[in-house]
Amino acid sequence: MIKVLFFAKYRELLGLGQMSVELHSTTTVAELKSRLVKEGGNHWKKALLADNTLCAVNQTIAHDGDAIADGDEVAFYPPVTGG
Amino acid sequence: MQSRVLIHEADFDVSEECRALVSSNRCGAVAQFVGVMRDYNEGDDVVAMELEHYPGMTERSIESIIERANTRWPLLSVTVIHRVGKLLPGAQIVFVGVGAMHRHAAFAACEFIMDYLKTEAPFWKKEKKSDGSERWVDARVSDSESLGRWAE
Repeated sequence: MIKVLFFAKYRELLGLGQMSVELHSTTTVAELKSRLVKEGGNHWKKALLADNTLCAVNQTIAHDGDAIADGDEVAFYPPVTGG
Repeated sequence: MQSRVLIHEADFDVSEECRALVSSNRCGAVAQFVGVMRDYNEGDDVVAMELEHYPGMTERSIESIIERANTRWPLLSVTVIHRVGKLLPGAQIVFVGVGAMHRHAAFAACEFIMDYLKTEAPFWKKEKKSDGSERWVDARVSDSESLGRWAE
């Protein structure tokens, strides 16, 4: 099981800030994205497959090819606008 | 180097922070930046703002930026404070303060930390316009471009 978090615009779009996902055979960020989009539909595509969607695994910036393991915390969020 | 990273809703006192940055008699310079909320953005009047963040990662990412700054310049003290929650025009949003032996390091590190905070630290702003509608603020290309000068 992994924890998946959504922030800001994506949290609102999906109506969801956090969910638990069973990894099954999913091993990378890209695989997780495509699985969630396949199961969830259009809103999920807009949130997870936008050109500028950012991802963090265990609170460190991650990319499509990066590995995900059981117990990880994965977050998806739009470009940051603090300061 | 002593460093403090604080993320909270409450306001901060700049003069108190300035005094705290003078951590020893070795300190000869303190540079500070304060970001303040405007009542105008992208051609619209803005009446309020809500700041969201990613608890945990926010602190980690700012601490990593401070460490990188400390490898480039000899720093004595760094304080970063970022407010979250609801803010009104005129409110202080962010504080970056750097203490060093000499001004060049303090000025440069202060700018470096602020530039990377803007592009790496997971905060998001949502604006409320005067007609009551709300919108998420888009990231600025100019913020990413300003990283170019640090050639990391």
